[in-house]
Amino acid sequence: MMRDARTLVRALREPSSVEALNNGQWTELISVARAESLIGSLAHRVKDVTVPDRVRAVLQDAVEAHDLARQQALWEADCARRALADYPGKILLMKGTAYVAANLEAGIGRSIGDLDIMVARKDMPVVEAALLDAGWEWVKPDPYDDQYYREHMHELPPLIHRERDRMIDVHHTILPLTARPTPDVKAILDAAVALDDGLYVMAPADMLIHSIAHLFADGDLSGGLRNLWDINLLIRYCSGADPEFWIKLGTRAEIHGLVSELERAVRLAERLYATPVCKSRAGKRRFSDCLYVRRLLARDGYGRETRKITRFAFYVRSHWLRMPPVMLARHLWTKWRKGGKSSDWTRHR
Amino acid sequence: MSKMHQIMLKIGPAAFRIVSAWRRPLDQLTDLYKAYPAPTGETVDFTVRLEPEKPWRRFVRPSVHIGGDFWLPDAAPLPLEQGLLGAEMGMNLQMALGWRRHLLLHASSVEKDGKALVMTGQSGSGKSTLSAMLAERGWRFMGDEFALLSLDSGEIIPFPRLISLKNKAIEAMQDIASEERFGPEMKATPKGDIRHLVPPRDAIARMNKPARPALLLFPRFGHAPELRDMGQAEIFVRLTQASTNYVALGEAGFRSLTRFVDEVPVKAMDYQSIDQAEELIDGLWSELR
Repeated sequence: MMRDARTLVRALREPSSVEALNNGQWTELISVARAESLIGSLAHRVKDVTVPDRVRAVLQDAVEAHDLARQQALWEADCARRALADYPGKILLMKGTAYVAANLEAGIGRSIGDLDIMVARKDMPVVEAALLDAGWEWVKPDPYDDQYYREHMHELPPLIHRERDRMIDVHHTILPLTARPTPDVKAILDAAVALDDGLYVMAPADMLIHSIAHLFADGDLSGGLRNLWDINLLIRYCSGADPEFWIKLGTRAEIHGLVSELERAVRLAERLYATPVCKSRAGKRRFSDCLYVRRLLARDGYGRETRKITRFAFYVRSHWLRMPPVMLARHLWTKWRKGGKSSDWTRHR
Repeated sequence: MSKMHQIMLKIGPAAFRIVSAWRRPLDQLTDLYKAYPAPTGETVDFTVRLEPEKPWRRFVRPSVHIGGDFWLPDAAPLPLEQGLLGAEMGMNLQMALGWRRHLLLHASSVEKDGKALVMTGQSGSGKSTLSAMLAERGWRFMGDEFALLSLDSGEIIPFPRLISLKNKAIEAMQDIASEERFGPEMKATPKGDIRHLVPPRDAIARMNKPARPALLLFPRFGHAPELRDMGQAEIFVRLTQASTNYVALGEAGFRSLTRFVDEVPVKAMDYQSIDQAEELIDGLWSELR
């Protein structure tokens, strides 16, 4: 029985390693890969490797499911583009949609849920109005959540399209306003790269730093293996395309106040996915790296979440990162009085 | 983490691993599926997980949460006595959310003369009971829950899992099928009273043999016997609603469904008893080319 997700990590790192798996191990690997939303990436990685027939069929299903997800994500981005045709500012695609729109390897086989876009904060009301006008609606109007989002978060409360049933998150920066680092949004918008259709994606270094901020400065590391796989692919792509990339990346991380997060990401990507990295951007090894690895691999061969205590510790940490203690206490108190439901803004994590 | 028990099941083209914190639901499954080929040592398409809803619920008022490779966020837990139902629901869920190799229609199907009769409709229309009844009257049972429509050949592929009898259908089938084919009766489940019935031996032995669809019925139980024509557009739209993966299959789903609607004759059928239904179906069947 697989006790953690190590086999999945090895399969992604060295696809030929799966040739040694027996049928029982394959069954476990598939459950782990599905649970970590990495089945599409795995399917593409092991395309040229010998696998059992039924596994091939399962992987082919994943390839096709993700092809469709890609098409839907691009369609959804185009719907937003048309809804915002009169908006003169830059509209940046983010995360999965950006990877597929920019044709990056990180987009291949990647699952994509909501559409994430970013616009200048001062334009949020205009963009919001245009989207509401084009058929998007509030998911669940709740005055406290609504106010919380608007005052403290990096995005609007989620909107869903009434006909297509697809969600859009409109961001104005890459981290909650309550988080300690304050990324330089203007620099991100200024450096954004135009796509053929008039939408934008972040410049390579910012794209990578956003992915890193999302994983290490914001959430509780759920879906972290997938996120780190994105980081691995983005590093490989960027450093291959631009010899100056590591220097630019370091400068960018300083501008955004995310140097230690970058170093952590570089160390963990190298450790788990053997990403070729620049040692001077990796910082010093820390004991806590082991805890991160322990958390990232917390999934057994049945597909269950394991290591409840480690998971809980990172969950607590995510709240700690997201807001100062007094504010956290007030927030949890309000939420608790409202019925103890986990708050809506943990949805993405 | 606590140890889980596990078994493998193969039904038609799909293979499952069922893992459970408790032995009992798996023992019941093993017994009911004993005539099916065991895919021991093979790989599977899906894993279904039956776990305690909370750790202590393994022992205290045991409560089964249905999980697996594909899952729904708000699935209600079941008491342990209904663990068998949980496993069946879990398998259905994997198919509904994860299967892409065929177009999945929420329909029952039976076969005669190498041709398939497909029956679809809302729950309560009697499609499941009809398929179980016809299976005792000279038809080959192909499935009571999902009809798998091939994306390239247009054939129906059998998926003859246990027949899930509900409420009054339980008694009706107990009168004609032998007792050893039945699973335990589960009272007052979220789906009503449920008792599973093992399909006839022949249905299991031939579960890899597809059949070309020859007739599609929209049965409706409880109304005076009548057959009605339906417009192609209505048929198409109702089938898209009856399909769990029509949208997920994209263009391939559209092509196979339009072909199905173009090629297969369709009737809406009202009936009040199995005898009436059989008479109407026999009439339609004899008129087929």
